[in-house]
Amino acid sequence: MMRGLLNKQPSLQLLNNNKKLAKKKDMSAHAVDHAVDHHDDHGHHHKETFVTKYIFSQDHKMISKQYLITGLFMGIIGIAMSLLFRMQLAWPDHEFTIYEVLLGKWGEGGVMDPSVYLALVTIHGTIMVFFVLTAGLSGTFSNLLIPLQIGARDMASGFLNMVSYWLFFISSVIMVLSLFVEAGPASAGWTIYPPLSALPQAIPGSGAGMTLWLTSMAIFIASSLLGSLNYIVTVLNLRTKGMSMTRLPLTIWAFFITAVIGVVSFPVLLSAALMLIMDRSFGTSFFLSDIYIAGEVLHNQGGSPVLFEHLFWFLGHPEVYIVILPAMGMVSEIMATNSRKPIFGYRAMVASILAIAFLSTIVWGHHMFISGMNPFLGSVFTFTTLLIAIPSAVKSFNWITTLWKGNLQMNPAMLFSIGFVSTFITGGLTGIILGDSALDINVHDTYFVVAHFHLVMGISALYGLFAGVYHWFPKMFEGKLLNKNLGYVHFWVTVVGAYGVFFPMHFIGMAGLPRRYYTNTAFPYFDDLTDVNVVITIFAFIAAAAQLVFLYNFISSMFFGKVGPKNPWKSTTLEWTAEVKHIHGNWDGPIPHVYRWAYDYSKLNKDETDYVIPGQDFAAQHIPLQDNEEEMNH
Amino acid sequence: MTAFLVVLVIILFGVAIWQMGKIFQLSKSKQDDTAQVANDKDNNINGWLMLGFTLFTYLLLAICFWKWGDVVLPRAASEHGPGIDSLMYVSMALIFVVGFFTLWLLGYFSFKYRGKEGTRAVFFADNDKLEFIWTIIPVIVLAGLIIYGLFTWTDIMNVDTEDDPMIVELYAYQFDWRARYGGEDNTLGEANVRLIEGVNTLGVDGSDPNAQDDIVVNELHLPLGRKVLFKMRSQDVLHSAYMPHFRAQMNCVPGMITQFAFTPTVTTAEMRLDEDVVAKVDKINGLRRAKNQNLGPDDEPLEPYTFDYLLLCNKICGNSHYNMQMKIVVETQEEYDAWIAEQATIAATLKQ
Ligand code: HEM
Ligand SMILES: [Cu+2]
Ligand SMILES: [Cu+2]
Repeated sequence: MMRGLLNKQPSLQLLNNNKKLAKKKDMSAHAVDHAVDHHDDHGHHHKETFVTKYIFSQDHKMISKQYLITGLFMGIIGIAMSLLFRMQLAWPDHEFTIYEVLLGKWGEGGVMDPSVYLALVTIHGTIMVFFVLTAGLSGTFSNLLIPLQIGARDMASGFLNMVSYWLFFISSVIMVLSLFVEAGPASAGWTIYPPLSALPQAIPGSGAGMTLWLTSMAIFIASSLLGSLNYIVTVLNLRTKGMSMTRLPLTIWAFFITAVIGVVSFPVLLSAALMLIMDRSFGTSFFLSDIYIAGEVLHNQGGSPVLFEHLFWFLGHPEVYIVILPAMGMVSEIMATNSRKPIFGYRAMVASILAIAFLSTIVWGHHMFISGMNPFLGSVFTFTTLLIAIPSAVKSFNWITTLWKGNLQMNPAMLFSIGFVSTFITGGLTGIILGDSALDINVHDTYFVVAHFHLVMGISALYGLFAGVYHWFPKMFEGKLLNKNLGYVHFWVTVVGAYGVFFPMHFIGMAGLPRRYYTNTAFPYFDDLTDVNVVITIFAFIAAAAQLVFLYNFISSMFFGKVGPKNPWKSTTLEWTAEVKHIHGNWDGPIPHVYRWAYDYSKLNKDETDYVIPGQDFAAQHIPLQDNEEEMNH
Repeated sequence: MTAFLVVLVIILFGVAIWQMGKIFQLSKSKQDDTAQVANDKDNNINGWLMLGFTLFTYLLLAICFWKWGDVVLPRAASEHGPGIDSLMYVSMALIFVVGFFTLWLLGYFSFKYRGKEGTRAVFFADNDKLEFIWTIIPVIVLAGLIIYGLFTWTDIMNVDTEDDPMIVELYAYQFDWRARYGGEDNTLGEANVRLIEGVNTLGVDGSDPNAQDDIVVNELHLPLGRKVLFKMRSQDVLHSAYMPHFRAQMNCVPGMITQFAFTPTVTTAEMRLDEDVVAKVDKINGLRRAKNQNLGPDDEPLEPYTFDYLLLCNKICGNSHYNMQMKIVVETQEEYDAWIAEQATIAATLKQ
């Protein structure tokens, strides 16, 4: 891959330079416009080197690709881990040499060690939630789309944006390095509840492994905060002329609100992490009290693990919306485009994003119904939690209505968007059970929960990520399209595999099997779960195999993909008016102005004889209102 | 079963690879620049597949029920349990109805409105009435569920001390459980991990008069029909006392005493005769016998299994979390009295 980039480098550079020369004259003509457009034309004057273009780039498009590729890389690690521990769950008394090959001393003789099982689950969860679906998803698409869709030359601060990516990169490296620590990586679950996460005596992973985990997450949070602040400022300040907040595409609304949630909740996790670091290394007692372990009493007194749970979930719950909202925004956009119809109920969609964002910060207690907190609090959190089902339901109905009487273009991105709605429904509905404190007593921390959150946030957000990649690949890789047939194979095998994994998982949960169990063979009572476990694992392998198709498609299209039309999906949003070739500043000429909302698909003229623009079923945002057209009031 | 599945997977893989080979070839063939944008043929095929996928979703769920419907927990063995179960049934029914219809609409629309060159999509951007309807319906339904749920919850969690519950401490540590009974006076003596020493593994305060008759055991016995108030304590890290057959669970938190109460309503002996439990135990023993047939030379044969209530740890607590369990026995008052009479009191234990 590196070689490919290197080889390409000189020719690209040349091309750009030539173009710049050619454009010089042109540019002065637009000078006035440029000034109005807050344009900084760095790129047009400074010579780019390999380092500034591909490594320490401040260009949002390059940063977006860096996020995506790092995220995909972490995703491969996360999925591989899930396959390993799924093998252990399906065939607990088989010996697999692959354990020994991959896990070394923890897989000696082909038997997986319980501690490595917990480590795998922990790092899998952490990587998937934070590195793949927060940074890889939101980082990629917020960066790519915010400037392009609002009509800005770049992010408000390209420098902070670059710092944000590199912090993310460092935190990824630390997380991966933690896998090689002598005593093993963090193993206390991705929720790292103390005292388990605070005491190396309690589990080996809570030694150096946990230190690295906390360091990595602290850096990750810093990265996320820088990114989010940048997104917020950019959306508020750099919109092109005519792009009022009510004309923003839903993608931008989603990214914007996601960033706000991030800024509100991530600092709380940071403080929890800092307090945990203090407890671990400096003898404080924020979360520890009355502990007797490894034959001795610890000095800690007065702390409370429940406090940590509150702090953790004050981020942890909003985090699932940080993961899902960007996916929702992209799905809304992709569905409208490919249905050739406006998104149904734009205002309701925005309102529900706002409602979800607000409610998401007051429901965290549903993870703690049986933590020992006052039962009255449980009642309050049940109430707020079930409320959140309302905006979620509205969104789902609106997506379905968007399909109604459409002219659906079944591009892979569209398929993944439909798949998203499907898993969001199937996963979201079981949330009604988990959010109900009385019912949660019996399913809390069982595989029922694992099934629920994978469908509603893991798989859904992953589909959102895929939908986004298929849809916006041409914007990332200079007009190249992903191969659609490979996309279809990828989609259909993945959706069958994913349901095959997570539907049966509800049943082992209702059988009472706790999660984070290395094996269920210690309980003869669960012996009848063997074949469910085998089936789940087989489906997991099928689903994972489908990702190889995607990977192949991604890499080969990146290098050898055919360049498609400039606006391949006939979309209304501004990014498709920007240059296909990546240039600093996105638009060679002036930034287009905006005259309408983003969803004028199949809009007819006044006499209903033809579309507003004859023969073309969409009117892009930069097209002024036509004489024969009624203005929509949004 | 397993062998069959493995063969099936291998075949599927084979087919997939063969198909992919074909596709790779296709993808290399000459193409115009819109070749990677869906055309009518793609819309048609994928539209049909969407319909098929919806049916697959239903089918998969049906298969899950048919094959694994019997692994779920048997009837509740506590007084509040049936309340939870019926709330669960109501919620499940709701989920199935809503899920069925919404997935159908999603799949059917994807199929019905699959794109065709020359079709005109309907410009339908808004309809306040529709949106109001599908906001207000969830509001009403959820309000019902919330109220129902909250009544069930408060009923379970608010322990009425006038019921004179029996007090039992559940003591969790890596990686086992102990139960401490209040004894004659039904009052637990003070305890703190700082007092742990020698045989006093729970750190009970030996000088506390209330502690003298306390009884520490490693098997939980409960008399039928008597309300039990559990006081949970942990020695080291978080654990969770999960008693699925009683629909009961509460975390054990170091530095803090948590509680949960329930009244057992079915003895172990009765539960062993329950239809579902008998079927489950038969199935398990069948599997165990089958396993015993292909044992290696130095493997121990598996014992036949009989049903018992379980206390499991349900909060990750370390390497042996997966095996942190205690047997629960529910028996008649007489049986219980006989059993407890045989156990040593703390006073007796500490004197040794
Ligand atoms: C091939 C796909 C996947 C499979 C087969 C899989 C399987 C599993 C299983 C079985 C567990 C529970 C293990 C246990 O509790 O003992 C688990 C945990 C988890 N997974 Fe996945 N998973 C997959 C993809 C994902 C994705 C896409 C996400 C993104 C959100 C995700 C997030 C998590 C989280 C947060 C946990 C909890 C970790 C913990 O208990 O600390 N997984 N996964
Ligand atoms: Cu939550
Ligand atoms: Cu445990």
